[in-house]
Amino acid sequence: MKILVPVKQVAVLDEDFELRDDGLDADPDFIDHESNEWDDYSYEAALQIMEAHGGVEVVPMTVGPEDAEESLRRCLAKGGERAIRVWDDALTGAGPATVAKLIAAVARREGADMVFAGTLSADHSYAMTGICVAAELGWPHVAVVTALEYQPGAATATVHRELEAGLVEKMTVECPAVLTIQLGINQPRYASLRGVKQAKEKPVDELSPADLGVSGEELAASASFRLRRMFKPARGQAELIEGTAAEQAARLASIIKELRGAA
Amino acid sequence: MSGILVIAEHRRGVLNPATLETIAAAAALKQVKPQPVAVAIIARNPDEFVGQVNAAGVDEIIKVAVPTDTFQSDVYEATVAAVVAARGPAVVLFAHTVDTWGYAAAVAVRGGFGCATDVFAVRYEGDALVATRAGYKEKLHMDLDFPGRQTVVLTLRGNVFKPIEEPGSAAVSAVDAPAVAARTAHLGYIEPDQTGDVDIAQAEYMLSVGRGVGEEDNIEQFKELADALGFTLGCSRPVADNGWLPKSRQVGQSGKTVVSCKIYVAMGISGSVQHMAGMKHVPTIIAINKDAEASIFSIARYGVVGDMFEIAKELRNHC
Ligand SMILES: Cc1cc2nc3c(=O)[nH]c(=O)nc-3n(C[C@H](O)[C@H](O)[C@H](O)COP(=O)(O)OP(=O)(O)OC[C@H]3O[C@@H](n4cnc5c(N)ncnc54)[C@H](O)[C@@H]3O)c2cc1C
Repeated sequence: MKILVPVKQVAVLDEDFELRDDGLDADPDFIDHESNEWDDYSYEAALQIMEAHGGVEVVPMTVGPEDAEESLRRCLAKGGERAIRVWDDALTGAGPATVAKLIAAVARREGADMVFAGTLSADHSYAMTGICVAAELGWPHVAVVTALEYQPGAATATVHRELEAGLVEKMTVECPAVLTIQLGINQPRYASLRGVKQAKEKPVDELSPADLGVSGEELAASASFRLRRMFKPARGQAELIEGTAAEQAARLASIIKELRGAA
Repeated sequence: MSGILVIAEHRRGVLNPATLETIAAAAALKQVKPQPVAVAIIARNPDEFVGQVNAAGVDEIIKVAVPTDTFQSDVYEATVAAVVAARGPAVVLFAHTVDTWGYAAAVAVRGGFGCATDVFAVRYEGDALVATRAGYKEKLHMDLDFPGRQTVVLTLRGNVFKPIEEPGSAAVSAVDAPAVAARTAHLGYIEPDQTGDVDIAQAEYMLSVGRGVGEEDNIEQFKELADALGFTLGCSRPVADNGWLPKSRQVGQSGKTVVSCKIYVAMGISGSVQHMAGMKHVPTIIAINKDAEASIFSIARYGVVGDMFEIAKELRNHC
């Protein structure tokens, strides 16, 4: 029984950033990368099932360039024996539906029994990838999962789906299924130093879309949108309070006092 | 393909008011490019909602009776696909909600449609539909288009399009729902935990801390500051998820909306869409964040770019 966990290395903008000359993205000089917060929770959910039952394999995977291997090593440092990275330079800038097509191809190739994706990624927040994977596979799916009971091999899993304003829905979903995992479902572990060391030795299979039987045309056709431009939004009219911390605090205190007096 | 199809959303017999915002977005597109606007109601008893979605600008209300009261992704996916097949819209609009996160993108993949989520502006440039959404934690905006797509699915951010209140005179029709076996089953709802010590929805003055607070031991000094100012302490989600403050203090989409709040001080909160969903409406928002580009500043009236600990310490001298 195998759980595939797609993870993403998300882009984080520096405090001062500039756009690229073509206006299609931020200048890479101002972009850092980190693991997507949601993926800590989806990976933890998979590891917990692996640890509670025999015969469960957890495989982290990503669609990303060489740098993205870091997020896979980060997973492997916590558990799991191997990872998969899919890449081709033609995928630069690929959107969620295209990435999902490749994740689905890996799920098929691996014979995965479940896919746990993050609810969304912290950079562009499409909240699409996991659900697109399910659509590609034709599997049942639940988004925004905050609790999970699953016995490997069982016909259904019982989940909590987090709705708006604190309301939760309890439901079952037939397996195999794609679940998108939400923050707070568990307390993600930290990797041990030993785990980090061991992760360096674990294999990361590198696959191209062609290896997965996905053609360039199929990839191009899967894009659900085209990016026209990125731009800095017009900022609101926030009045910035300048000065030393003491001066700033004094000004804030008087603003608050004045507003409360008026209220 | 032409026309706009709006998918109404409801839960437990109540229409999601975001549906009226979605209709407003459709009506605005219709103004610049005349085309029919239809609203589909997928429900066990669609009649319940017909009157409520009959807003000015809607030409047709399509009732689709399905054998479930609750959201089941398989049923909704197949049903929307059937309505799209029946009416051939160029644009399908949803509210960007937890339900649509669970199936709108799947509708697009399966139908071969274009798709963009969390869209807060839509326009035509020539014949091309252009959708605007945010990236990089709201620090950049992006314009998307959908070349070669006959139909485009968009999910729209809440509290952006002003709901239409004027009643309309739409024709009412029906489309048969396809027979589908749902592979999910509803077991029940679990109500939010109301056992918190305060109801932040009632608070007029709030000071909320976010992940910038760093660790649990740091919470106390902000609690003391809030008390000294006569403010109620709230938080963003990571603080509640970590158990540093009870869930009942969480502001946002999956927490509470601070409906009564007059002054909201956000310290070490970046301003995610989900957090802003609970406080964006507050008349005076004061943001303290060390990152000058944090999106919270885009909705704040006053901003301090600086360290929340230093400012908090200094503020204590004034209360
Ligand atoms: C379905 C769903 C529902 C959600 N519901 C909610 C919800 O109800 N409420 C909610 O809040 N979130 C919710 N979220 C999570 C949301 O997406 C964000 O992850 C969350 O709001 C981030 O919280 P934050 O701003 O505190 O943390 P971050 O985004 O990490 O921001 C921390 C900020 O603190 C600043 N900072 C750090 N140190 C300091 C310092 N010393 N002084 C000043 N500033 C500092 C940083 O510059 C940064 O801007 C939801 C997400 C999903 C997917």
